[in-house]
Amino acid sequence: MSLRASVIHRACCQSAARLRARDRTVKFPQSISRHHELKTVPTLSFSKLGCSRGGRQLFQNIDCVLESGHWLYVAGANGVGKTSLLRMVCGLAPIESGEIFWNGTPIHAQADAYRQDLCYLGHLNALQESMTVHENLAFTAALGGMAPDAAQTQSVLAHFGVAGRERQLVRHLSQGQKRRVALSRLALSQARLWVLDEPFVAMDEAGVRMLADLIAAHLTQGGLAVLTSHQQVDIGAIPAQLLELRA
Amino acid sequence: MKKLGLGSVLLAVLRREVSLALRQKGEVLTPLVFFVVIASLFPLGVGPESALLLRMAPGVLWVSALLAAMLSLQRLFATDYADGSLEQMALSSTPLGLLVLAKALSHFLLSGLPLVLMAPVLGLQFGLDGRALGILMLTLLLGTPTLSLIGSIGAALTLGVRGAGVLLSLLILPLYIPVLIFGAGAVEADAAGLGMGGHLSLLAALLVLSIFFAPLATTTALRISLE
Repeated sequence: MSLRASVIHRACCQSAARLRARDRTVKFPQSISRHHELKTVPTLSFSKLGCSRGGRQLFQNIDCVLESGHWLYVAGANGVGKTSLLRMVCGLAPIESGEIFWNGTPIHAQADAYRQDLCYLGHLNALQESMTVHENLAFTAALGGMAPDAAQTQSVLAHFGVAGRERQLVRHLSQGQKRRVALSRLALSQARLWVLDEPFVAMDEAGVRMLADLIAAHLTQGGLAVLTSHQQVDIGAIPAQLLELRA
Repeated sequence: MKKLGLGSVLLAVLRREVSLALRQKGEVLTPLVFFVVIASLFPLGVGPESALLLRMAPGVLWVSALLAAMLSLQRLFATDYADGSLEQMALSSTPLGLLVLAKALSHFLLSGLPLVLMAPVLGLQFGLDGRALGILMLTLLLGTPTLSLIGSIGAALTLGVRGAGVLLSLLILPLYIPVLIFGAGAVEADAAGLGMGGHLSLLAALLVLSIFFAPLATTTALRISLE
């Protein structure tokens, strides 16, 4: 699993259904389902989802089904509502029209259970500057009701190339290092659904590859991911479901 | 990876708040110094007449405590909002209301409790006797957690708003009036021989009410601020 050339990526994108928000309703073909042996396959789906900001309609009538082991690549220019969509998926922003389902049930009807399955990484790193890396990671894990042991934190940080920084204050890290620490939360979380808003920003090439590998491993284990990115990214050999938002 | 109970999660929030405050000692000390300065200005302003000072001591100390407690409220959610931690709290599987309760409790421990401990020293300045000082401490101990809880609603409502400090005072100070009346009233009622049981019961009732309702209101306000 590694970062492929953008050529392959383009091929993947072409194979995925292109969706034009606003005027059409397209269902994604569900070609591969490796998890049919499971009784309940974790599924995220949108139905007739719409959003407006400041009186302007950003998108409407978005339909999409994302199954276990797949990732949704939300693409589009600045200001078309990618972040708004992701925040709606998390339940941070209210759903204006339409519905988002997790395992067939609307997310607001099962908020607590849904949040257990969800890990969100936004534009902000959610790191407290005057706490150490370890304290930050332990705290976010505690919010999810988990207590990672020191060895686990160390190995995750080592995977992200910030080994030996556990006792360092976050404010002494560089921008890219902070992002890596924030991303290592993903590896410590038990969530099935990862919602990542521009996860590759401020990362160097090695960092991008590490994150892509991490997402690929998560998908192989039956997880789901929804992400936005302006960079061309490939998650292992797993083709993207493309959701292109247009103004 | 161990699973944590709800109690340990709340303890983790509390420990984080306290350790953060201890790293930025100024934030704990500022309200306390403010309290001392405000309470000391009154004798300078109204003159050294001991009967008058004694009469107004409970009220002055309570108003000073109220203003001091408000000084640190604005920061209750502001840093977590700015760095994105608040989003993670809102998305965590732990109910947000309980996290808010833990944050309000930490605010009481860091800003209310020091005021309770400092109050008798200032009370001496006004010539309060031992019994009055004891009652003053008791009313502050019952009242300052209520101030933190009610204040958390205002802190959540004014998140990300420009000029949040002033707006927060305007929103919250009227809500503090009942606590002020019964808190300062208890000392006077006891001095007048009326007994302070009623006042203390009402303060405790206000505390119980705010423990129940304030986290609900704060949670709603936080979710709106995060939209």
